[in-house]
Amino acid sequence: MTIRTAKASGIRSPGRAAIAARTLRADRWWAYPATTFTVLLAFVGYAAYAAVVNRDYYAAPYLSPFYSPCLSYHCGMVAGSAGAPHLGWFGTWWIVTPAVIILIFPLGFRLTCYYYRKAYYRSWWLSPPGCAVPEPRHRYTGETRFPLIGQNVHRYFFYAALAFNVILTWDAIAAFDFGGHIGIGAGTGVLVINAVLLWLYSLSCHACRHVVGGRINHFSKHPVRYKAWTFVSRLNPYHANFAWASLVWVALTDLYIRLVASGVIHDPRVF
Amino acid sequence: MADQATRQLRVWRGDAAGGGLADYTVPVHEGEVVLDVLHRLQATQANDLAIRWNCKAGKCGSCSAEINGRPKLLCMTRLSALPRRPVTITPLRTYPGIRDLVTDVSANYGWALHVPSFSPPEDLKPGGYRMDQADIDRSQEFRQCIECWLCQDVCHVIRDHDDNKPTYAGPRYFIRHAELDMHPLDTGDRRQALREEHGLGLCNITKCCTEVCPAGIKITDNAIIPMKERSADQRYDPLGRVLRSWRHREGRPPAG
Repeated sequence: MTIRTAKASGIRSPGRAAIAARTLRADRWWAYPATTFTVLLAFVGYAAYAAVVNRDYYAAPYLSPFYSPCLSYHCGMVAGSAGAPHLGWFGTWWIVTPAVIILIFPLGFRLTCYYYRKAYYRSWWLSPPGCAVPEPRHRYTGETRFPLIGQNVHRYFFYAALAFNVILTWDAIAAFDFGGHIGIGAGTGVLVINAVLLWLYSLSCHACRHVVGGRINHFSKHPVRYKAWTFVSRLNPYHANFAWASLVWVALTDLYIRLVASGVIHDPRVF
Repeated sequence: MADQATRQLRVWRGDAAGGGLADYTVPVHEGEVVLDVLHRLQATQANDLAIRWNCKAGKCGSCSAEINGRPKLLCMTRLSALPRRPVTITPLRTYPGIRDLVTDVSANYGWALHVPSFSPPEDLKPGGYRMDQADIDRSQEFRQCIECWLCQDVCHVIRDHDDNKPTYAGPRYFIRHAELDMHPLDTGDRRQALREEHGLGLCNITKCCTEVCPAGIKITDNAIIPMKERSADQRYDPLGRVLRSWRHREGRPPAG
């Protein structure tokens, strides 16, 4: 009699070809999850540091995207933030930094993003680590239960991300304002590229594609929405590229402003 | 005459009860695909080797197998595209073996019976179907499916978890649902069945189905994710539902 144990599941299930190797892939299938794991870990580490350190995030006229919009009176009161614009919705009694207050929105947008889901399911959960490479767990419920069923609210984070894009675009425009005179510094270019990449990432999003027209069936009756859907559909295949580019660039933007605000480097001016 | 080129093959020989990888050395010619070499092996060294195949043109979906651990069509994989080491050829590892490279994929035909068929409006007779090309482009992409089952084979939801097989239709049937749900003349609402009976929520969109599809169908981006979004419209978007019910209130035409 064959006793079916927990190990005799998946590719080892009775009846399937009894191949001893977990995978016969000999290519470098591990390169994608290894690289993804490393880059995401580096970003999470840097973002956590930048969000809690609460200093060196404003060097006029550049405001770090991690601290924008600044909702707290903290802005301008800590080292490296003199003159930072703020809305003052939260007082100095607020125990977390201005960055932590707003972080949930961009973080939520990326956490529920269809591309990042692939990235971290493969690299952090190993579910699966690669195509035709078995995952280590015996139990799997996908996105049917809490908390992963919450991935279905991606569209709400997308709406929030659009609002953030408007704010960060305003920050990029404000980066041309050098005390009332129009100018361009290296930081201006950094912030403009940051805003462009964030717009490309958001507009290529699958939820955006659905909202602008994907949910309708009669495209011919909705020519404007069809054009909008076609435009987003052209961007959508590059969503992963925009996801990585915008992720890395937003960290580099914060790093650049941090170095300028702390006096480590000087911001070169074009004019 | 120059020495004839050969390749080392490691081919799974066995059935549901057991078996093993057998090593062969087979002559090869320039431009050949793996199926050519397996046919030569069958003709010269292993007359009882079981292979399922038909069109040899990547259109029938019969010769699905795993080559060096990756789900592929035997007839569409050139030997010259594979590394020079021995080529390992095994059956689909998600399905029970019948013999050698032939597996029992009948579970898929069982799922086919559970997908509600095309449902045009009752008053629309055959011959009266009219639609723009733009309306049907999306559904036509999914009609390119050759039912090779490579997407089903690679999907870890059932490959690694047998217990999901009764509740998970798989990528092939998600694109079938999408094909019908996006059809301008289909009146069925497939979202609830897709979510509650066919396991759409089990898919974690890791895109392996798209990677292996020999027809080049963007299964994840163009079918699964849009259906997840349509399902969210119905189940997980209360604000959107309120907004749409207000926009489509009595007296206003439907948007769809």
